[in-house]
Amino acid sequence: MSLPLYQPDSTSSTRFLFFTGKGGVGKTSLSCATALKLASAGKRVLLVSTDPASNLDEVLEVKLGNQPTSIPDVPGLEALNINPAEAAAAYRERLIGPMRGLLPEAALRSMEEQLSGSCTVEIAAFDEFSGLIGDPKAAEAYDHVIFDTAPTGHTLRLMSLAKAWDQFLDHNTSGTSCLGPLAGLEKQRVIYENTVNVLADAAATTLILVSRPQVSALREAERTAKELGALGVTNQQLVINGVFISTVAKYHAGAEKTTEEPHSGERAYDSVAQAMQQRGEKAMNKAAAFISSLPSFQVPLRPINILGIAGLKVLLEGETLECGSPAATTETGSKLPQPKADAFPALESLATLIADFEKQGHGVIMTMGKGGVGKTTVAAAIAVLLARHGHKVHLSTTDPAAHIAQTLDEQVEGLTLSRIDPATETAAYTAEVLAKQGPQMDEAGRSLLEEDLRSPCTEEIAVFRAFAREVGQGKDRFVVLDTAPTGHTLLLLDASEAYQRELERQARSTQPEEVLRLLERLRDPAFTRILLVTLPEATPVHEAATLQEDLRRAHIEPFAWVINQSLLQSGSSDPLLQRRELSEHRYITEVIEKHATRTAWLPWQAEEPVGPEALQTLANSNIHSHP
Amino acid sequence: MKAIQVYDPPMCCSTGICGTDIDPDLVNFAAMLSQLGSHGIKIERYNLGQQPMAFVQNPAVKALLDKEGAEVLPLIFWDGEVHLKGRYPTKDERPHWFRVALGKEEGGES
Repeated sequence: MSLPLYQPDSTSSTRFLFFTGKGGVGKTSLSCATALKLASAGKRVLLVSTDPASNLDEVLEVKLGNQPTSIPDVPGLEALNINPAEAAAAYRERLIGPMRGLLPEAALRSMEEQLSGSCTVEIAAFDEFSGLIGDPKAAEAYDHVIFDTAPTGHTLRLMSLAKAWDQFLDHNTSGTSCLGPLAGLEKQRVIYENTVNVLADAAATTLILVSRPQVSALREAERTAKELGALGVTNQQLVINGVFISTVAKYHAGAEKTTEEPHSGERAYDSVAQAMQQRGEKAMNKAAAFISSLPSFQVPLRPINILGIAGLKVLLEGETLECGSPAATTETGSKLPQPKADAFPALESLATLIADFEKQGHGVIMTMGKGGVGKTTVAAAIAVLLARHGHKVHLSTTDPAAHIAQTLDEQVEGLTLSRIDPATETAAYTAEVLAKQGPQMDEAGRSLLEEDLRSPCTEEIAVFRAFAREVGQGKDRFVVLDTAPTGHTLLLLDASEAYQRELERQARSTQPEEVLRLLERLRDPAFTRILLVTLPEATPVHEAATLQEDLRRAHIEPFAWVINQSLLQSGSSDPLLQRRELSEHRYITEVIEKHATRTAWLPWQAEEPVGPEALQTLANSNIHSHP
Repeated sequence: MKAIQVYDPPMCCSTGICGTDIDPDLVNFAAMLSQLGSHGIKIERYNLGQQPMAFVQNPAVKALLDKEGAEVLPLIFWDGEVHLKGRYPTKDERPHWFRVALGKEEGGES
């Protein structure tokens, strides 16, 4: 399947462009490259990240905040990050600041605590987001506003909130209802209505689903297309990023069938390059119906990490690595000097880490990191190995967009499976509260409670409690928790801390034991082991390093790092893959020397690791015995 | 009784359902206020987390906050007089509120 190249066009682009997709597919690179292209065509462009773990700063090489910042050397381009924590801090300060000196310190402190809850954080970010879209004045200085969004789950929530709040306000009869931090912001209502309308207006908004030639990424793009379509966002395009066509394999398109030895002077048949290309083609063929159902484009795989303005220009305009081009660092077809396996003696196998978990006999293992680094795969591999060693294991995920069942593919004895589904959890929580509290209330109280429980804030509490429940199960078994991409996970941890503070203030509490002990368990290194998963590339390593700092601030110490999908020792002679392999060295070194106390290494796989056998093989991979 | 004023501690909302714990007295109280409102009683409700200025502008509230701290909240006034301090009316007290509100009983400590 060959698709046209993605080329943003300044004459036909809508005013609002949303880039969304699974973590790690290249949303930030593509939205930046698009912004650059439109700006260089003379348009005034505002680039906005809604990811709590934004990588805009790193890619643009500019320090950004929550106000537009001009990008040096790119006239017409400004960028900002909507950081939920900062948005909430600004919101808090707007309320508390004027009260300093007027109210006693204790009252101010109690205000501050209340306004640190997760719903405030969510609303504050949403408020800034919808302001840019729904308030005609907010972005009138720009021809285009480009949103680089957080990985899917978080973004679906953000985009559906406009509708959720709008409907909640519509149906709210009592007027005393739970508007949470929205109370007193009734005037915002018209902005939320506008936001809903603008998102649904095909002449104003384009949703660009970014994907990779990978089964899971394409499946997620398809699901997102449906869900956002249901919200009325129907002007959609698909961009498949990182399509790889081997310059080696293409000389030997029939090599697999003919088993013909390459003629001398040609490059050697390269099984790795061939497998990588085929893996991509297979995934795209599998999703052919979806791909042809909307305007679809592709962007070729690049040999370098896309950083800085120059790198971004390469993404859409530059050549792929040509043989003998000055960019090539290697002789055509020849192998780069391969590092010896013992170049990184510190790298362990995942199985070695798992052997340490087994000594404890129970507890929680969490995989965290940037989207797309393989958290689900690593979590599933750990769960399979533990279960096959005879342990009781529960595998779960906090990522609304994760597919652990597909990764596992079949049942494994001793291994149970679940996921925290926000809609299911909210329904269960609502039912539980009504059953528990209902009898103590009169009829008017009950109906008010029911109405308030329909507030979008309820979902935050329900998901948080489900998280506490899954962690609590680690008392007598292994719980392997695959988390959502960084930003989402940080918000969950913030919520845990905010709740802890609130609980400490309360004299009476009917909260379950698992909620009361959540933070204590997360902080106990003998109970919870956190694995930071990364690819051997700049952005995922730096995002994981920042996450590690955030965790340490919350008094949580990661147990180890896992470097996934490494091309080290792959033996490929494809020049593009060789360059990528070579570029891994500095990031692997950085992880070992600067960030991690222990580091596990997993090789790139010719097939997406699905099913217990493939997962077990992956967990047992060892660089020191790798061919 | 003509008016009820409530000065709540910082809460996400008037029923407190966004908090860690749901207080049935608080939910029932919120529902009762809305009923009393429909009987012509003037209801004013302020949340320290959302309308802090109201706390500063009421000298009685401000004085109590300065003297007794944030634990003094909620403060509930009947016709300008402090009626309840630091808690919401219980199930047993609520019928009395209705009788007073509808003029069938004199106000005072419940």
